[in-house]
Amino acid sequence: MAEVTFFFAAIVALAGAFGTVLLRNPFYSVLALVCHLLGLAALFLLLRAEFVAAAQVIVYAGAVMVLYVFVVAYVGGQDKPLSPRHGPGMRAIAILFSGALLVEFAFAVLGSSLSVLDGEGTGFFSAFGSPAQIGEQFLTKFLLVFEIASLLLLVAAVGAVILARRRSGLDDPRELSVADLLRSQESGTLTDAERGSLQEAAGPPGR
Amino acid sequence: MSITWYLCVSAIVFCTGVGGVLTRRNPLVVLLSLELMLNAANLALVAFARAHGNQEGQIFALIVMVVAACEVAVGLGLIVALYRRRLPIDVDELRELQG
Repeated sequence: MAEVTFFFAAIVALAGAFGTVLLRNPFYSVLALVCHLLGLAALFLLLRAEFVAAAQVIVYAGAVMVLYVFVVAYVGGQDKPLSPRHGPGMRAIAILFSGALLVEFAFAVLGSSLSVLDGEGTGFFSAFGSPAQIGEQFLTKFLLVFEIASLLLLVAAVGAVILARRRSGLDDPRELSVADLLRSQESGTLTDAERGSLQEAAGPPGR
Repeated sequence: MSITWYLCVSAIVFCTGVGGVLTRRNPLVVLLSLELMLNAANLALVAFARAHGNQEGQIFALIVMVVAACEVAVGLGLIVALYRRRLPIDVDELRELQG
C-alpha cells in the first residue's frame, strides 16, 4: 500500500515539476506547481511529517500560490518565444548542466554506502512529526530560530510593500493622496498662491 | 519504501528546477523554478529526518518554507515594480541596475 501511494505521489510531484518548467503560459506553470506541491505533501505524509505536510498544503499551495496567481493575472502572461538572442546553443548548454547535476546526484545517492538509506528509517515514536511535537521543539530548543523567522517574515512583508508601491514619477496627476490631504489639513489655511491658483481654476469671478 | 527512493525524487525535482532557472526568461517562471529547488531540498531534509528518527530535519524544512515565502514576497514585489515602470518582463533584457 505504501509503495502504491509513494509511486502515485512521486509521479504527481514529478509531473508537476516538469509542467512548471515546460509549460509556455505562466498561469499554467503556477497551476502545475500547485499540483507538484500537493504530490509533495503526500510524500511528506508518507515520511511521517504530518505538520510539514499540513503547512505545505495550507501555506504554500494555499497562500503563496494565490499570490502568484494574482501577480500573473496583473502582469499578464506574455508568451514570448524562447531565447531568440542567444539561440538554442545556450539552452542546450543549460540542459546539459542540469543533466550533469542529475548524474552527480545519482552517483551521490546510489553510490553512497550509508546503510540508513537502504532501510525505511529507524524506529519512531507514535507522535513523531505531530504539531504538538514540532511546536514544543520550536518553543524550547529552537526558540531563537523561531523568533528570527518571524522577524524575517516581517522584514520581507515591509520590503515587498515598499518595492511594489506606486513611484512618485508615475503618479496619476488626478489622483489624490491621503498624505496630501493630511498635510493641507495640518497647515489649516491655504496660502495666497494656492488660493490664486484655485480661483484661476474656477474661472473669473462674477460670471 | 527505502529512503533512497525519496532522495531520487528529490534529485530529479532539483535538477528540473535548475533547468527551469537556466532556460526560462520570464522572471515569474524563474521564481517558480526556484520554488521547485527549495521544495526538493525540503523533501531531502524530511527524508533524512525520517531516516534518523529525528524531528530536527522537519524543523529545518519549516524554516526553509518561511524563507521561501519571504523570497516569493520580495520577488513578486520586484516583478510588480518592473511592470509599473513599463520595463520588459524578461530576465535577458534586464541586465542593468541603473534605475
